[in-house]
Amino acid sequence: MIQLAIIIVLLLAATSFILGRGKARSLAGANQVSLHSRPVYHGAYGAIWVAMAGIAAISLAAGLGASIIESQLMATIIEAAPTASNIQRELVLSDAIALASGDIASQEDKLRLQIADSYASLEATRTWVTAFIGIAAAVATFMLTLRQISLSWRARNRSERIVSYFLWGAAVIAILTTVGIILSLMGETLNFFGKIDWQVWKYLFGLNWSPLSGVQSGEMDPDKVGAIPLFAGTIMITIIAMLVATPIGLLAAIYLSDFASPRVRSIAKPMLELLAGIPTVVYGFFAALTLGPFIRGAGESIGLTVASESALAAGIVMGIMIIPFVSSLSDDVINSVPQSLRDGSYCLGATKAETMRLVVLPAALPGVVSAVLLGVSRAIGETMIVVMAAGQGANLTANPLEAVTTVTVQIVMLITGDTEASTAAGPAFTLGFTLFCVTLLLNIIAQRIVNRYREMYD
Amino acid sequence: MKDLDAMPVIAKITARNVDVFYGDNHAIKDVTVDIGDKAVTAFIGPSGCGKSTFLRCINRMNDTIDICKVTGEIKVEGSDIYDPDVDPVQLRARVGMVFQKPNPFPKSIYDNIAYGPRIHGLASTKADLDEIVEYALTRAALWDEVKDRLTAPGTGLSGGQQQRLCIARAIATAPEVLLMDEPCSALDPIATAKVEELIDELRENYAIVIVTHSMQQAARISQKTAFFHLGELVEQGNTDDIFMSPQDERTQNYITGRIG
Repeated sequence: MIQLAIIIVLLLAATSFILGRGKARSLAGANQVSLHSRPVYHGAYGAIWVAMAGIAAISLAAGLGASIIESQLMATIIEAAPTASNIQRELVLSDAIALASGDIASQEDKLRLQIADSYASLEATRTWVTAFIGIAAAVATFMLTLRQISLSWRARNRSERIVSYFLWGAAVIAILTTVGIILSLMGETLNFFGKIDWQVWKYLFGLNWSPLSGVQSGEMDPDKVGAIPLFAGTIMITIIAMLVATPIGLLAAIYLSDFASPRVRSIAKPMLELLAGIPTVVYGFFAALTLGPFIRGAGESIGLTVASESALAAGIVMGIMIIPFVSSLSDDVINSVPQSLRDGSYCLGATKAETMRLVVLPAALPGVVSAVLLGVSRAIGETMIVVMAAGQGANLTANPLEAVTTVTVQIVMLITGDTEASTAAGPAFTLGFTLFCVTLLLNIIAQRIVNRYREMYD
Repeated sequence: MKDLDAMPVIAKITARNVDVFYGDNHAIKDVTVDIGDKAVTAFIGPSGCGKSTFLRCINRMNDTIDICKVTGEIKVEGSDIYDPDVDPVQLRARVGMVFQKPNPFPKSIYDNIAYGPRIHGLASTKADLDEIVEYALTRAALWDEVKDRLTAPGTGLSGGQQQRLCIARAIATAPEVLLMDEPCSALDPIATAKVEELIDELRENYAIVIVTHSMQQAARISQKTAFFHLGELVEQGNTDDIFMSPQDERTQNYITGRIG
């Protein structure tokens, strides 16, 4: 019924558009220029208002109706069962609603069936009233807006203003979401720091990470929340990844931008970007099932002990994942070095290689650096590969052949583990917030470098 | 200029029956021309007539464009530059080029000039390199203006200074020919006058070919002029003759402003 009402409201809006446009047109007659706004704006203005008024009325009436019904039924339940606790009463109500809509209830008794009966009849009334109010509001708006149409009516300005409010609203939602996430991260972080008696340095510089070891006693042991092993692991894997991604990505970009023939470029570039489309989960089991055992086997054959989950395997695969990122950004900056600089160099008798090495790359260097920094911030935040291939134990080591753990892995373990969410959330949110600060810093640095580079050529 | 016209022309560059195609577009049609040494030759003609295209054939810069095909024969100092044995990279060290828009590298003034000599190993010591840089900047009439700030970026100079820097950069590799593609079109009148004066001085050492849209400029600085129209070389000869008594009706129309 309510769906039907919404459809009717939308139909009314469409009619309002057609009628409004027609009225404006016929008002102007032969002299269309005498209209302040084009007919389509008169139509649009009416349609926007009709749709807004109808839908707002329906949601308002529906919400209000639901709470009225609930309080009424609650009153009946309290009357019938004065001794029951609040939770029992709510159970009765939800059972009754389930019975009324044909679902399975936890139990059936006389009271529940009675409540279900009155719920059904009230609900029917609510639906009718809601639909009526919605359509009535739409019709009223329809009449009002249609009557307002005149030659001097500023329908364009008004409808454009409404649209701009919608745009503003969309932007605000995006911003508020970000702000909300940051605030909740900060709140949980402060909460966690409170639990370790504000010994923040123990978190930042402690060497022992085992935050849930004291959970049974309900205590958080400040000596066991040292994040250094996690960050050490993250940094080691990131360094390995960038050692793979930077040279390969950069050299690929150099080849594609200046040395490849247009035909090769038109095939190779999309292929490289295809790498970016592979889900990280696929990279993850590639690292865990293919590269990890391979490295272990290779290591053993030359007498090295290699853990089957090693930082090296995770880092290499993560590097492969970042290659397209580095190469496509570097390719862009190398291409944006003006052709006139290349021509100038060629005309002095420089070869392509000399031109690339001595003119193009130095000019593109700031952009390449920022591409690498953005790659680093991706590596730091990457989760799936390290969850599968890097290991879980917080192990402080400088040996890339051993298993290490990263910040993101620990967050996953805390949240998906079977510890109660409220306990695990503290350390997880704190790690998340720290990670956020680090990547934000890297992105700001990268952005600054890019901006400075742009100023050089514009 | 008159006394120079009387001198016998020693051809530095000889082009015979040159055709250039951009894909299906026949951009240069059967051009035959001699370019004299120690003289300024001006290429004039309306936009799109092929004068820049022909200029870029002389240092094989058209090689960098895939769809471009050059046929015919161009010789510099008697050797065919389109011979398969000739490396365009070596050729371009002998035939310098200056572009329409100044294009200094984003490096210091010193490094801009030292770029070519370093690549070609023209200097064995730092002192040699310093000498080359000073010589090139002096020849380009820029030394006095920049000698105190050689480490400043070349891109920070004014437009006219940048163009003279590019000329100095070309001179530094000790070329025999200088090609200039509308070198003054991005410059104001004062900077233009300086560059023109410079070109006139450089004439004694190089064969200079200049593409220009300004007929006054061609008349001021060149000894020989070639008029291009729709890819054809319509008329060539001593600058004075071309401007005073053109033989072809199209040349007449162009220099009096009726076409172009």
